[in-house]
Formats: sequence, structure tokens, C-alpha cells
Amino acid sequence: MAKIDAIMGWKELDLGCVIRQPGSSRAFKTGDWRSQRPIVDREKCNKCGLCWIYCPDLAMVPAEEGYYKVNLDYCKGCGICAKECPKDAITMVLEED
Amino acid sequence: MAKRIGMEVSIAASEAVKLADVDLIAAYPITPQTHIVEHLAEVVADGELDAAFVPVESEHSAMSCCIGSSAAGARTFTASSAQGLALMHEILFIAPAMRLPIVMVVANRSLSGPISIWNDHSDIMAEQDIAWIQTFAENGQEVFDLVLHAFRVAEDSKVLLPVIVNLDGFTLSHVIEPIEILDKAEVDKYLPPYKPKVRLDPRKPVSMGLVGIPEIYTEAKKATNEALINSKKVVLKAWKEFGDLFGRYYNPVESYKTEGAEVILITMGSISETAMTAIDKMREKGLPVGLVRFRLWKPFPSTEFKKAIAGAQTLAVVDRALSPGGACGPVAEEIKAALYAERGRPKVFNFIAGLGGRDVTVENFEEIVSKAFTYAKKRPKQLYEMIGVREI
Repeated sequence: MAKIDAIMGWKELDLGCVIRQPGSSRAFKTGDWRSQRPIVDREKCNKCGLCWIYCPDLAMVPAEEGYYKVNLDYCKGCGICAKECPKDAITMVLEED
Repeated sequence: MAKRIGMEVSIAASEAVKLADVDLIAAYPITPQTHIVEHLAEVVADGELDAAFVPVESEHSAMSCCIGSSAAGARTFTASSAQGLALMHEILFIAPAMRLPIVMVVANRSLSGPISIWNDHSDIMAEQDIAWIQTFAENGQEVFDLVLHAFRVAEDSKVLLPVIVNLDGFTLSHVIEPIEILDKAEVDKYLPPYKPKVRLDPRKPVSMGLVGIPEIYTEAKKATNEALINSKKVVLKAWKEFGDLFGRYYNPVESYKTEGAEVILITMGSISETAMTAIDKMREKGLPVGLVRFRLWKPFPSTEFKKAIAGAQTLAVVDRALSPGGACGPVAEEIKAALYAERGRPKVFNFIAGLGGRDVTVENFEEIVSKAFTYAKKRPKQLYEMIGVREI
């Protein structure tokens, strides 16, 4: 029999596929289809936080000394942070580089 | 004791909804369903029914609103027809997937174009795969009874699926019939308050209507389909209990004079009563004909249907919708599929009649039966045939 690529059986699903555990989407890491990643240049960064505000996936997170860093578990590489950064402190680089 | 009174069938439908003590009605007016929600708006405004009436901006919003309401655990109702039902289309699939027991009355009307407000089954036959339980009413009393049955089945903890009660637009919706309206105490005996198994509640948060990635979508679809197939047991039980309480017993498939019938007519909805008159007339002439009609359409009552037609050599299936470019009408298609694996299966001939409000008369049924007898001996060239079409 061919391999079944399912995470659970149909009888195991909760009624109407509800999820009773709040915040469980954290377990669903969405960063694996990224083709580019943002690199933050702390020399240029003025800690304004626009990248943190604009990131649609909450993947730009506050870091030490008021800087921001990327959580690659969820970053999809859309480049919005790099586009919005007023100091051009974020550059997108190809994942394979 | 319940009173039998002359009442417009649409009003009887809304009286049943009122007696079911719904919590929310969201609807957009559309002919020929209009009187149903109009009357409900009135009873809510008059304080006869303690419910929220949401006058939404479209049917798409109506069904979306019903989903939110039902997810919150409220007893929820809406009604629609034709273009309105079509506008709900994408949302209709979501209600059963989320296992929400919404009840909807569809006053069946032909889909445009050409623009038509009149009766046939093209609106509902375009919604065959939405995974709702579906019943078809034959007369006003059935409409009233089936609405109560719909809530009872939908909310059963073993079912938790939405239900559509179909009634023929105008032919049923706008006629006055003698209808026995049950009183509140009787309805309460039949229909307990809705106790949701899971609902949106800030004290006990859950997430509903989530994404189904490829690794779960197939399983989710199977779970809903199994629930729909298994709902038949509850559908039957709820009819039995209705009969025990109020004396009117209903079956998923009804037979009329099928004993010894060589040709059996198959119908659905209000034309079945005309068909019975035609059967009486033909039986008087000595023709071995009978009638089988569907009350339950989804889940398809395969076992009951096969039992009802056992012994017949020929079936004349009357469809009230066209499946353009297809093999036959939607009802005939389902029947042929159900019978294909059966040994000694009857011949099935399909007739499309009563489109866009054209009357289906006793004479039409006589013509259909006569053709079925002929085709049984000599196979017709065409896969199906439109009845009462002017061929010039």
C-alpha cells in the first residue's frame, strides 16, 4: 500500500476540526518555504521598530539593546521589512548563499 | 390538541420556525421565499419570538452570519431561493465542515437565465455536493412538519449537520392549505433545547474553521461525509418519534400503488400529488403503474429506494432540472448510479419536466408512462427526454 501522508486519522479529528488548544498555530512553522532571508545591519539600524510593526508574520522580534532580529521559524522572506526600513539597514539574501 | 387551519404554506414554515424558538434569523429577501422571512421579521418585531433578526446585505452575508451564530451555539435559521442560494454557494460547504446545525428552507425556483422566478429544482440541484441533509416536501403540512424535523435532526449530538427543507416555489410556498399547527407544548416535547457540544465561548476558547493542509484535508472531508451518511439513522428515528407523538409518519421514500407495477414513476416534491392522480387514472384503465417519491434526498436513501422499486421492470424518473451536456437529469443520475451494481436492475428512462414554472399535468404523466412502456420494448436513441417542449 502506498504511504499515507496524513498527520492524523479521520476518526481522531475533533468535531468540525476545532482546535481546543489556544495559540497552537505556533507549532506550525511557516518559514520553510522562504527563498530569501532578511539580514539586519546593526551599524545602520536606529531601532525605530518599523520592521517589527510591518512584518505580517510577527517574525521580526525585539532583541537585546533595543534592536530587532528575525525569527526564521516563521519568516517567509517576503521582504516587507527590508522595503519599509527607512535606514536601508535590512537586506534580503538568497537562502542558498 | 392542535388546530387545523387554512394557512399560506410560507407562513406555516415560519410558524414552525417560531415554535422552534430560534435564536437568530439572518436572511435577504428573494422570491418565492420572501413571505417566510417577512413573517419571521414580523413575529420578531411584534415580540412573539425572542430572536435576533439580522437583515443582511446579501445571501452570501446571510449564510456567513448563520455560521457565526450557529458557532456561538444559537439555534439559527435562514431561507432562500435560486439566485440567492447560488450566492450562498461557497459558504454552504463551510457549515457542514464546521458541523453547524443551521436550518434553511429553500423555496425552489429556477436559476436564471433566462430570468425566471418560477418553480423547478435547478437551484437546489446545483448544490448537490454541499454535504447538507436535504428533504423535499410534498404539501403544506409536510413543510411545517419537516421544518421541526430539520431542527431535531440537525441538532442531534450524533448528527450536528445543517439541514435544507426544500419546498416548491409558488406551487407550495404561495398556496393556502389546511395545516395542523402544533402548539408550543407539543413542539417542546419533540424538540429539546439545543445543547452544542462545542461553541465559541471566551471562557473556553476554541478555534473553528481552520486551514486544512494537505496532510489533513482528506481526513476532514471523510469525517464530514461519514457524519452525513450516518445521519440517516437519526433522520429515520426523528420521523418515527414525530409519528408516535403527532400521528403523521414519514419515510425517506414513499410508495404509491407499486404492487404489481411494471412501470414505476419516480418524483420528488409537489408534483408527486399530481402524479398520484395520474396513477389512479391509469390504474383504473388497468395499466400496471405505481409511484415512488423521495422525501429524503441527501443522504441518498439507497436501501429504502431499492426496496421500494423491487419488482418493477421499468423506472420513469422525472427530473425537474437539466444537467446540460450530461448523461441525464440529476435524480436519474443518482438512481442509475445506485442501481448499476444490482442484479436484474430495472431499465431507467429519464424525463425532464416542469422547468421554469411550466405545469406538470396528469396528461404529462400519462405521456411519460406511455413512453416508458414503449421504450421498455424498444430502446430510445436519446439518453433522456424533455417533456412538454415545443419541437419546432
